[in-house]
Amino acid sequence: MPELLLHAQSVCLERGYRCLLKDVNFAVQEGQLWQLVGPNGVGKTSFLRALAGLAKVGVSGTIQRPETVLYQGHLPGLKPLLSPLENLRWHPSGLGTKELDALTWALEKVDLAGCEHLPVNHLSAGQQRRVALARLWLCDAPLWLLDEPFTAIDSAGAALLGARLLAHVEAGGSVVFTSHQPNRFAEQLQAMDLSEYAV
Amino acid sequence: MPSNRPTSRDLPGDNAWEGAPSSGALAYLGSQFNRHLRASLRRPGELLNPLVFFLMVVTLFPLGLGPAPEQLSAMAPGILWVVALLANLTVSGRLFVADFEDGSLEQMLLARHSLALTAMAEVMVHWLLSGVTLALVSPLFAAMLNLPSAGIPVLMVSLLLGSLCLSLIGAIAAALTVSLRRGGLLMSLLIIPLNVPILIFGVAAVSEAANGYNASAWLALLGAFACGGLVLAPLAIGAGLRISMDT
Repeated sequence: MPELLLHAQSVCLERGYRCLLKDVNFAVQEGQLWQLVGPNGVGKTSFLRALAGLAKVGVSGTIQRPETVLYQGHLPGLKPLLSPLENLRWHPSGLGTKELDALTWALEKVDLAGCEHLPVNHLSAGQQRRVALARLWLCDAPLWLLDEPFTAIDSAGAALLGARLLAHVEAGGSVVFTSHQPNRFAEQLQAMDLSEYAV
Repeated sequence: MPSNRPTSRDLPGDNAWEGAPSSGALAYLGSQFNRHLRASLRRPGELLNPLVFFLMVVTLFPLGLGPAPEQLSAMAPGILWVVALLANLTVSGRLFVADFEDGSLEQMLLARHSLALTAMAEVMVHWLLSGVTLALVSPLFAAMLNLPSAGIPVLMVSLLLGSLCLSLIGAIAAALTVSLRRGGLLMSLLIIPLNVPILIFGVAAVSEAANGYNASAWLALLGAFACGGLVLAPLAIGAGLRISMDT
């Protein structure tokens, strides 16, 4: 029996006196890959933030989550004047390894070899996104919550990222992500349609 | 298995790097200190701003009050301290804004370590780069206002301790107002009343010393405030940041 990594029970989401989602039940087991779908404004990002524990006001119900969660939202979480290496080494989440070899290796993985020492604000939006996502190769958190991870990334990068998500799931982790792009891993992916819970 | 799976010469394949796990609290504090220090040092212009502000406002006083040396000398402790307070006010309001805008703040919130630790690292960097530098160059400004030389060492020590208190108090208000688009004025309203005791002790210390008396009692009070602030303010800053992010 695979273990339950994330369990949300009868979660209601309110935003500015407006009820967005009602009675959402959502369970994620080890080895599962979930895509949150739904039209713009249905509350995908708010729900993901609630799952991560970032939002508490306006969230009712119980959410059980592992002690460490890797969350990557729309904002990169990078200091523009620091290099990718420095940003990963002193990342504010405090997750993952800080060995320089590992960081260089992870940046190679996301095709940023040669950019290690440039300030992040000299990189393109897609490259900045890749720096933030390089954490996926460095972190041992079992649960990943990714908000639109494929945005601003080219098709080669999306393939890389997709492969990394699958590898994590096969190693017993779980991933919940939001995306408007049609799913790219037919067999493993499960979809959670939030519009069913919209009020 | 997808066919586009990348091949790599490295062993870990697509899996995470196996190595040292996440770090302890002290290592985390150190890493955040490093991060903020490096990021701030790459913007030297912003470090100079409070000093230039200090210099310009101090030069306004002889122009406004008249250049009589005795008068300036009597007013110097008050002028220097009020200007130091204002210089601190101009910079501490922006303390967490960059972190809020680039998403670092939400990553801090998700760290396993207390938010008070990151807040502490950030305030210490801010103090080192604004308060300590101001204290170090303050003899120059003191000379411009004809402060008796006996007051200068006490001025430096009082600014050193006092600016730490000011930065800690400023950081609490900055944490509470970080998510507001125009938090600047609100922040000043929040901070100035809290800064009054620091100003009183600081001015008292410098004027006692300038008049040839012993100022150690006032400095001890400032030191006590700084110690209390170091213990309590990070908790308040952490709570403020958590409230600000939860919107």
